[in-house]
Amino acid sequence: MKATRDQLLTILREIRPEEDFGTSNDFVSDGLLDSTDIVSLVATLDRSYGISIDGAEILADNFRSLSAIVTLLEKHGVQV
Amino acid sequence: MNFVFRHKRISGLQVVVPENESHYDDEIEHFNFPPANSKKLKRVLGFDRHRVVTAGTCASDLAVHGMQNLFDRGLLNASEIDALILVTETPDYFMPPTSNVIQGKLGLGTDLWCIDINQGCAGFVVGLIQGFMMLEQSCIRKVVLINADTLTRTCSPRDRNAWPILGDAASITILESSDDAGPVFANLRMDGSQHEAIMIPAGGFRIPHSDRTSAQCEADDGNIRSLENYHMDGIAVLNFVQTSIPPLVDELLEQAGKTKDDVDWFMFHQPNRFMLEKLADRMDVPREKMPNHIVENFGNASSVTVPTAIVHTVGDQLIQNRYTMCLCGFGVGLTWSSMLIDIGSLQFAEMTEYPGGETA
Repeated sequence: MKATRDQLLTILREIRPEEDFGTSNDFVSDGLLDSTDIVSLVATLDRSYGISIDGAEILADNFRSLSAIVTLLEKHGVQV
Repeated sequence: MNFVFRHKRISGLQVVVPENESHYDDEIEHFNFPPANSKKLKRVLGFDRHRVVTAGTCASDLAVHGMQNLFDRGLLNASEIDALILVTETPDYFMPPTSNVIQGKLGLGTDLWCIDINQGCAGFVVGLIQGFMMLEQSCIRKVVLINADTLTRTCSPRDRNAWPILGDAASITILESSDDAGPVFANLRMDGSQHEAIMIPAGGFRIPHSDRTSAQCEADDGNIRSLENYHMDGIAVLNFVQTSIPPLVDELLEQAGKTKDDVDWFMFHQPNRFMLEKLADRMDVPREKMPNHIVENFGNASSVTVPTAIVHTVGDQLIQNRYTMCLCGFGVGLTWSSMLIDIGSLQFAEMTEYPGGETA
């Protein structure tokens, strides 16, 4: 399964359309993503890329930036 | 801490839910987020409807309604009750204990041990452990365990991370000694260093009520709530559950000499559908053996969710049949606890409604 950074930004903007994910260095600390958003993001990533992110991987650190999300996806065999 | 109890059983189970129902679709407009974003959560987290008490209804009202219903139908004899345990986070008063309030409203005798336990989502298993310990005394032959909470009264309706999840309810569980009951295994863990993960920060004696603490403000996560409202660090709790519960249950089963295949039902606390699906996957338990449909039908009523899951899923089968159940609760404290117990051949296993606006 393949993904692009643009696809990931689109997914993030669907979750929080009012936020600018292109300029934030820390989505969590900057308040772009809260716990409910991260749960929504995990569910979307699972479904979109046919993976199952482990419950123990749902840590804020794995969702602070686009790079962190890419690293998580690559761990599950998604090429970004 | 591991426990084993012999010759103890659950003989009856009743859940009381408020008649009043609130619907997520009607609540979306109150949240501080775009409606489309909130609607997406309906599918992911299983938000739909939840039971919410009307203004002024307290935990004791739900409990007294259920107890009186059992007395009236001859399913419970008041004179046979030796102990009354109330597990709640939403007592009627700071003092006296709400278990005493319930005792008084029901006119129960004075040769009765009433005790309140301040516990949350692990409170059903914690209450069962307390009740089974009481039954070790020969002077205590029947214990009534009441779990009751009105958590929606602590929550801001504009907090999208909490309001749609929560519900109000009570349960009444009858515990008694029984020579033919099999062993009951249980374990319990607590970590007070994480007590801020789920809390109501103000309104007690550490930070008393004031205009400042009751002011509704936009929090860092974008939700609107006050310091006197329920608050949960969602990601911290989710990670705690996913990492702490699987080994807890593995230890329990090892202690009992059982495997996951020996368990008919994994009746777990109900935080939301997503968290339970992830937990079932992580534990290699088939999702259909771990019901996850309580939040979307009733809401998360803290310690009442486990009995609600039991009654809603298999209540009509528990009079004739018996199942091996792994019960598990996790939450405020932090506290996590599990129990392996055979439940069945019950005198009653049912759900009843508390009429809206009624006061006991």
